[in-house]
Amino acid sequence: MMEPRENPMNSDVILKVEHVTMRFGGLVAINDLSFDVRRNEITALIGPNGAGKTTVFNCVTGFYRPTMGRILMTQKSGKVCHLERMTDFTINREAKVARTFQNIRLFTGLTVLENLLVAQHNTLMRASGYTVLGLLGFKGYRNASVAAIEKAKLWLERADLLDRADDPAGDLSYGAQRRLEIARAMCTDPELLCLDEPAAGLNPRESLELNKLLRAIRDDTGTSLLLIEHDMSVVMEISDHVVVLEYGTKISDGTPDEVKNDPKVIAAYLGVDDEEVDEVLDEITHATDEAQA
Amino acid sequence: MDGEPMEYFIQQTVNGITLGSIYGMIAIGYTMVYGIIGMINFAHGDIFMLGAFAALITFLVLTGLVAGFPVVAALIVMMAVAILMASLWNWTIERIAYRPLRGSFRLAPLITAIGMSIVLSNFIQVTQGPRNKPIPQLVSEVYDVFGISISLKQILIVIITVVMMTAFWYLVNRTSLGRAQRATEQDRKMAALLGVDVDRTISITFIMGAALAAVAGTMYLMYYGVAVFTDGFTPGVKAFTAAVLGGIGSLPGALLGGLLIGLIESLWSAYFSIDYKDVATFSILAIVLIFKPSGILGRPEIEKV
Amino acid sequence: MTVQSTNPASKQESLVARGLREAFFAGLISLGMFSLYVGLKTDQNMLNELVLVPRWGMLAIFVVLAMIGRFLMIVAVQPWLAARKSARASAAHGQAEVPGFVARNLTVLAVIALVLFPPLVVGLFGMQGSLKWIDNFGIQILIYVMLAWGLNIVVGLAGLLDLGYVAFYAVGAYSYALLSSYFGLSFWLLLPISGILAAFWGMVLGFPVLRLRGDYLAVVTLAFGEIIRLVLINWVEVTKGTFGISGIAKASIFGIWSFDVSAPNNFAKAFDLPMSSAYYKIFLFYVILALCALTAYVSVRLRSMPIGRAWEALREDEIACRSLGINTVTTKLTAFATGAMFGGFAGAFFGARQGFVSPESFVFLESAVILAIVVLGGMGSLVGIAIAAVVMVGGTELLRELTFLKAVFGPDFTPELYRMLIFGLAMVIVMVLKPRGFVGSRQPTAFLHERKAVSGSFTKEGHG
Repeated sequence: MMEPRENPMNSDVILKVEHVTMRFGGLVAINDLSFDVRRNEITALIGPNGAGKTTVFNCVTGFYRPTMGRILMTQKSGKVCHLERMTDFTINREAKVARTFQNIRLFTGLTVLENLLVAQHNTLMRASGYTVLGLLGFKGYRNASVAAIEKAKLWLERADLLDRADDPAGDLSYGAQRRLEIARAMCTDPELLCLDEPAAGLNPRESLELNKLLRAIRDDTGTSLLLIEHDMSVVMEISDHVVVLEYGTKISDGTPDEVKNDPKVIAAYLGVDDEEVDEVLDEITHATDEAQA
Repeated sequence: MDGEPMEYFIQQTVNGITLGSIYGMIAIGYTMVYGIIGMINFAHGDIFMLGAFAALITFLVLTGLVAGFPVVAALIVMMAVAILMASLWNWTIERIAYRPLRGSFRLAPLITAIGMSIVLSNFIQVTQGPRNKPIPQLVSEVYDVFGISISLKQILIVIITVVMMTAFWYLVNRTSLGRAQRATEQDRKMAALLGVDVDRTISITFIMGAALAAVAGTMYLMYYGVAVFTDGFTPGVKAFTAAVLGGIGSLPGALLGGLLIGLIESLWSAYFSIDYKDVATFSILAIVLIFKPSGILGRPEIEKV
Repeated sequence: MTVQSTNPASKQESLVARGLREAFFAGLISLGMFSLYVGLKTDQNMLNELVLVPRWGMLAIFVVLAMIGRFLMIVAVQPWLAARKSARASAAHGQAEVPGFVARNLTVLAVIALVLFPPLVVGLFGMQGSLKWIDNFGIQILIYVMLAWGLNIVVGLAGLLDLGYVAFYAVGAYSYALLSSYFGLSFWLLLPISGILAAFWGMVLGFPVLRLRGDYLAVVTLAFGEIIRLVLINWVEVTKGTFGISGIAKASIFGIWSFDVSAPNNFAKAFDLPMSSAYYKIFLFYVILALCALTAYVSVRLRSMPIGRAWEALREDEIACRSLGINTVTTKLTAFATGAMFGGFAGAFFGARQGFVSPESFVFLESAVILAIVVLGGMGSLVGIAIAAVVMVGGTELLRELTFLKAVFGPDFTPELYRMLIFGLAMVIVMVLKPRGFVGSRQPTAFLHERKAVSGSFTKEGHG
């Protein structure tokens, strides 16, 4: 087990996963996992299938309650939230953590714009005086709904969906649905955005657009990102920090380059013995050199 | 209260098991159809009622033809005709009201099922009249076992339930038909790709459910000696409740649920209040579901994120 | 109109041949199905024993009708439906049709027609003659419209399948009946109280079932509906059981004019009009019309507010809702409570209209009919639901009027008997032809460029 590198109160760390264990009956999905997500960075969580990545996500976003361990979220304001104690919807509302899903979960029968308005539910609820004032037509609510549409427009622009605003979300192409899901999550004003395989099923062009969008989120909004990804080109391209899981434990943690060259990671991915690692490593560098050439 | 407290309790338990057997047999039809096409077949209770009426009319035909028709033979013929009628109706209903909606909006077949339920009960009201239809006691022997009176009717009902359930269990677990059913239940598209005739399998499921409901209908007629066009509703709702209580989609669950409902009903009537027996049944259903949302034997629905 | 075939004659012929074959099978099956139930009738003789009366002629009629029906289905209806479908598919590529004047101003026209309905009917049929039209058709249909709109919030918007909605109607009706008989409170005070009590019960019943999904929720709501009815039957000291509560006070015109014949401020006396019960009915018609308008207004407004959007989002995907910080528990509860509140209003109105309430009026069948209206109309669509209520309730109500059928089928023929039979058949037929209801598409609540209806194939029906 690695020692946590930063002290928990360090403002540089936004999310601190500490000794988290998750058991389903007899199955240990995550075992004593600790890692940090730093602010204003893109952190990637990678690992072979069944390594427990989505389980980590579900623990962080409150869909599962970890069997043991702590998950601390430090907001910009300095407020610290214990995510392992919070229920799912409060994690978004109070802790400001948003997420997307591996199998896209859009409101397919609502329009693209409506999807983004639903995401601003809590802001609009307060503005409408919990429906009562809004029903009576108070001005505050009308202003708030105009502002909500403006914000939705902003994110539609960023996600390149402005001309599809009035179409049903279910009518969008796969790539556009992925972008919409991210835009929707961003409309909740999160400080940490968790993306579950955002590039899955995208073609190379859509994948590039996605990279651009994710970088823009990190650079322009100050939202930190935690993502699960299988597509190594995306991971290596955009992430600042990579955490590698295998069988529910962390086997490597560092910059993309460090991780790429970690023999344990290569062994995990290729399923080879440690002795053969050097051999494989050579082949890979060879192959990547060729590819870059 | 008559007799010793213990004997009274056992007596009520026997009554409950009899009633529960009937509910359990109807519940199987709900649970099978739900398992295979995921719809609540609201008309199933009325199929049960049609079965009871088929048995009633057959009984009248038999007694009209031959004066002293042997009771056992009469019961067998009644059951056979009821099974035939109920199966034919359920098969036709599936063809015209449910099949065109398969794969469509989930609530649409629910509404056609409610519509069919209304049609069936009103059809019987129009064709057979709204009055109660009493028949003479078919089986009247009562035995005294250690101070508990058990009627032959009750014994027959329990035996027939056990026989039907065994046959049914065999059909579902040990035959290729059962395999086709389970395959269709799991993944209809994949089953079709692998050569399972899905339409036929679903039709047979409806026929099997109807057959059990018809047997239950005959038993009900024999037990209470009366049939009326509204009979589909209350036993239907109880059986449906039983299916959900046991865990909808689970065959042993349906029988277990039926027995539980029967027991709750008879014990509650015996010890508390007969007026509130259905309130007790429904309250227990709600309480069970609140603590175990997928029923007693149902597989818990895992929320896949 | 037939399918694109190079040889229409042979196609037509084979169609007829197929139709005949299918008709033959249909005849066989219907012969089997109807043999016992139609062919033989159980009747009681002088000794109160059941005897069978054969009706082979009737059986033959049923079988022949089934054969003709099947034949027409194969030869005419199915090709027509196929042709219409392909025509529609090719038309879809063309420009969207511009809605006509009637379609564009439907709401306004409908409101005007409804407001003018009572004077028009009075003018046509006179005071006494108008009673039937205003009461049996007008008020009756509008009650169902209001109930269905209320249930629409729960089922159509939030996607929670509620099979016990009639319970809240009952709570409203009994709240009014009991509070007005025991405490002598007025209709206008009790109307909101009934709504609030029903909403309260909506919350109480809603709370424990929030964890349940899909059909489990359906059965528990059904159970709650039955529990409330059974309590009304058995709690005789308060509710008078199956006898019901009679002599419930009428509503007054805001306490100024009364419709009580003995009251000094009687409406007819105050204006020196001839005594008639029609005034009260006309007044009630406008009351229920106003209540419907309130329901529609609140539904429409709520839909474009965060709470309404959250309801619809909940119908589409509950997990996504939670990931967006929406408290699904309160969202579901507000849907239950709001729907129940309108049920309660309708119930209080029902009590004032009938002057009598009994558990008989709140059976499961009522819940089923209201749900059927919501689904037949098209979940979420107020216009569609109103159309469904007019067609289903008004249509079956019309059957009562078909007295001329007595001339055809003999004096024993009672069309009322067939009312529910036809209602059930209509439910099946409409659903099979239009599985998404009369209005299958959804109007978005906000738009940037243009308002485009969302096709029904994208909207989900919820899992609750």
